[in-house]
Amino acid sequence: MKIHEYQAKEILRKYNVPVPEGFVAFSVEEAVEAAKKLPTEIAVIKAQIHAGGRGKGGGVKIAKNPAELKEYAQQILGMNLVTHQTGPEGKEVKKLLIEQGMDIDRELYLGMVLDRGNSRFAMMASTEGGMEIEKVAAETPEKILKVWVDPKVGLQAFQARQLAFGLGLEGKQVSSAVKFILSLYKAFMANDCSIAEINPLVVTKQGDVLALDAKINFDDSALYRHKNLLELRDLDEEEPLELEASKYDLNYIKLDGNVGCMVNGAGLAMATMDIIKLTGGEPANFLDVGGSASAETVRNGFEIILADPNVKAILINIFGGIVRCDRVAQGVIDAVNSIEVNVPIVVRLAGTNAEEAAELLEASGMDFTVAVDLKDAAEKVVGVLQN
Amino acid sequence: MSILLTENTKVLVQGITGSEGSFHARQMMEYNTNLVAGVTPGKGGQTFNGTVPVFNTVAEAVEKTGANASVIFVPPPFAADAIMEAADAGLGLIICITEGIPAMDMVHVYEYIKDKDTHLVGPNCPGVISPGIGKMGIMPGFIHQQGHVGVISRSGTLTYEAVGQLSSRNIGQSTCIGIGGDPVIGTKFIDALKLFNEDDDTHAVVMIGEIGGTAEEEAAAWIKENFKKPVVSFIAGQTAPPGRRMGHAGAIISGGKGTAAEKMAALRDAGIHVCNSPAEIGETIEKVLK
Repeated sequence: MKIHEYQAKEILRKYNVPVPEGFVAFSVEEAVEAAKKLPTEIAVIKAQIHAGGRGKGGGVKIAKNPAELKEYAQQILGMNLVTHQTGPEGKEVKKLLIEQGMDIDRELYLGMVLDRGNSRFAMMASTEGGMEIEKVAAETPEKILKVWVDPKVGLQAFQARQLAFGLGLEGKQVSSAVKFILSLYKAFMANDCSIAEINPLVVTKQGDVLALDAKINFDDSALYRHKNLLELRDLDEEEPLELEASKYDLNYIKLDGNVGCMVNGAGLAMATMDIIKLTGGEPANFLDVGGSASAETVRNGFEIILADPNVKAILINIFGGIVRCDRVAQGVIDAVNSIEVNVPIVVRLAGTNAEEAAELLEASGMDFTVAVDLKDAAEKVVGVLQN
Repeated sequence: MSILLTENTKVLVQGITGSEGSFHARQMMEYNTNLVAGVTPGKGGQTFNGTVPVFNTVAEAVEKTGANASVIFVPPPFAADAIMEAADAGLGLIICITEGIPAMDMVHVYEYIKDKDTHLVGPNCPGVISPGIGKMGIMPGFIHQQGHVGVISRSGTLTYEAVGQLSSRNIGQSTCIGIGGDPVIGTKFIDALKLFNEDDDTHAVVMIGEIGGTAEEEAAAWIKENFKKPVVSFIAGQTAPPGRRMGHAGAIISGGKGTAAEKMAALRDAGIHVCNSPAEIGETIEKVLK
């Protein structure tokens, strides 16, 4: 689960990770009021959306006085912010973070993630703060310092010192950074985070170390033991169809093509998208109906797929294990009977009770195209679109 | 012969009285798996399906029945504990089917079992099947056929798809392992490949990867140096957008890493037969075996 920068900073504050003074604002008036409470005349106005690259897109401004602040708040609030992470359609800005100005000396990077290679959490630091860290990792990997957390004892102070000295910090900055790193580690572990990224981590001219930006994601699988974090979910930031699908326990991701896909299992769902593309079509979505694939899930799946106006044909690909294909077939027939499906449907059912399923589809008298295997299914669905 | 699950494997099921556990325990028995015990804390003394004794602890089940492998159907909040209990009892093979275990729990589990003499497969996986011997997991047994191709995969139903393509060409399998779709898993590609390398009954391997992480790249490098048998591979998610988790917790392209294109290039570079299409797995193995 993703959260906003202002929410991430509230969490960090609780764990004594230094962050600039700041307040969230939902209107221009609130922004003006928030700025009055700041210790500096200069205020930073930051658009709050679940995407990076906000500064480049015009979503972050520095105001030197109240008049400028009001002007920028009006400008950013309600704007459609386009960044490299939002896609070309952009995201409407509905919240602002109003923060104190900083005398920045250096911009660094600090991040904690799971290192899948050795199944341990890693704390990473780099002198190349404020840049896209992916670029740094690709072009100058030697500029990323890493320490790994031993699960038996947790992150140790000496490891934090290694990073702090590695970043070229001196004097008071070192102890500030060590405290910062250890506090960030605590916040990460206590909340089952999947990523905590401070980019940039700034060193001020006064020698303080603060999180100028903060990105925190939580491990969805661990949310059951952090009920308080669920309140931080912002449904406005989610794709409406994906949100709708999640209510039915369907795993749906909207894409840009026109072939709707309904598949059981994530790997097979990806492979089905791949073969559609290889055959010359474009998948409209990823949809994993999961291990049960009952008549009801099939019906819900249809409704979600058809709510996307780009969909011009549907491919159903089910490999039955525990799932019985005849039940899925009945679900498809029922769904088509009860909701209006005005695009061609190609069905490929394999595995448990596949033959019974084919007979059911045949006997229904409905206009399904039945495919015998994966290749045939992709060719048929792309074929009906071309005709 | 086969790997992991062999003629000597005596299986216990943790969570045998739950709805998933009991359903699949019956399926495993129907497939003639040597299922000797079940474990559900608080239900010790019961008998499952008329023949299988249920115990309160894994240690007791091992002592009374000689079980040496476990398959786990325990809900996510308790699954990490169940894995560690099985490892503590000295089981050499632990297969965890459970989906949705917090990554932090699995980091601790990984550390706990690291130096123990055990193979953990999963979590969030379909399990392991050695056709003709038995199955420990949720895969449909009837699509498999006994033979000489090993299968390793991060996915469930996509593995069935590959197996279906093999069996329909009369190409049987030695052992099929679903290693799971989570970021932290016990048995990685390389661990499974090492076992297949030593198994005389395995003549070729199908390796099915997907986007996310670098396990396929690491496997490719290892295969290039060490693996003696032909490998056919497919990577799912060539069309997946970056930054989106595609169902599995581990299937996400993040920070520009973990794309299908990178993985396919690394595998090709290691001399592996990489299929562009998931429909070509069966025919490619057929060609390779000739």
